[in-house]
Amino acid sequence: MRSKLDEQLNILNKTMIEMGALCEQSLKRINDNLSNGSEEIYQKVLACQQMIEQKQAQIQSICLKLLLQQQPVATDLRVISAALKMIYDLNRIGIQATDIAEILRFLGKNNYNNLEILEKIANETNSMVKKSIDSYVKLDIIKAKEVVQYDDVVDNMFNQIKADLIKQVSADSINGEYLADVLMIAKYYEKISDHAVNIANWVIFSIVGE
Amino acid sequence: MEIIKTEDLRLYYGDFLALKGINISINDKEITALIGPSGCGKSTFLKILNRMNDLVDSVKITGDVYYNGKNIYDKKVDVCQLRREVGMVFQKPNPFEMSIYDNVAYGPRTCGIKNRLKLDEIVEQSLKKAALFDEVKDSLRKSAMALSGGQQQRLCIARALAIQPKVLLMDEPTSALDPISTSKIEELTLQLKKDYTIIIVTHNMQQALRISDKTAFFLLGDLIEYSDTERMFTKPQDKRTEDYITGRFG
Repeated sequence: MRSKLDEQLNILNKTMIEMGALCEQSLKRINDNLSNGSEEIYQKVLACQQMIEQKQAQIQSICLKLLLQQQPVATDLRVISAALKMIYDLNRIGIQATDIAEILRFLGKNNYNNLEILEKIANETNSMVKKSIDSYVKLDIIKAKEVVQYDDVVDNMFNQIKADLIKQVSADSINGEYLADVLMIAKYYEKISDHAVNIANWVIFSIVGE
Repeated sequence: MEIIKTEDLRLYYGDFLALKGINISINDKEITALIGPSGCGKSTFLKILNRMNDLVDSVKITGDVYYNGKNIYDKKVDVCQLRREVGMVFQKPNPFEMSIYDNVAYGPRTCGIKNRLKLDEIVEQSLKKAALFDEVKDSLRKSAMALSGGQQQRLCIARALAIQPKVLLMDEPTSALDPISTSKIEELTLQLKKDYTIIIVTHNMQQALRISDKTAFFLLGDLIEYSDTERMFTKPQDKRTEDYITGRFG
């Protein structure tokens, strides 16, 4: 029975990696197109999100089957329960990337082009998501802890962006609609980084049980 | 509060060392599960607690076993009194070939209780505690051998309870039973925890998880790990425990 359990755990692991890769793909697509979002980009991210949701359903089904058939304990139980939690966060990352892609459709048409303000938070968030998925794939607790520690950095970046935008409003150098869109995008990135932290925490839990 | 404690407990079958210095402290009114692969010493350990191993010629025991602070291997100990306080339920239901009533009344009678009304009360109370009374109240005079396996096992529990023990030792009490009977015994065990200390040997990990407060993992005569059951099954401290409970060996 152990070999059957190992086989099912391998399938779970492989599907988790695939779901993580789809999230990274969505993020890359929006990060590469911060200044030239379009309906086409949005549709591609949306299609990717549909695949993410399929993976989520697939993983849920694998986990439920494992719980039912194998009644796992110890590390096996932790890995499966962590996977069930992580897919929620991965799916949220996908949804928020789609939300960003949706806003980017119109942002690119704006006359204002100071999108560099977003590039930094986009890159840092991307790096956190990549690292959290990597820590899961390699069962790398050091990398997972790095992601957790990095949370404040992105939070501070968001606050910085907010302050900059307020300053621009005061100077009357920014369009109100544009400001709202940029602020929302920054907030989505900040939320994505929170999900990366959750994922990293679940990786730590699955390895050490705390 | 501690009710049973062993210190450097060793048991030899002839030259073979079956228990290698067990140190454990078992709390009153808790359920403790003993797990481990066949031949690891868990049943041997259980039998030590009411001196069932005294009956085996080649057995030699060293170290100390305390029950309520008293060493049960002390020469002054009354073994019959010990077994009255530390009862046992075996793997295979083993009712006596007599009526249901007489099975339960057997222990109290050997303890000198002859009064019919008193015996009636003990039988009824014991059967109620064993969650069997409602099923057999109209057939107390019928042979115990006519009961189903699950009912026979609950009768054996009622028989053990009739002499008002403090501790109940259970050696794989559900391994010969179907899932419904198993479930009834598990529920009963949880109810009995209010009044008794229960130590149960089981090969069923899920059973240990469902009913026990603490779990002790034995391997090749050693006590490898002893901790809260939930902790043992979510975050075992020893790799050998992890390997055993996740089915990597055993």
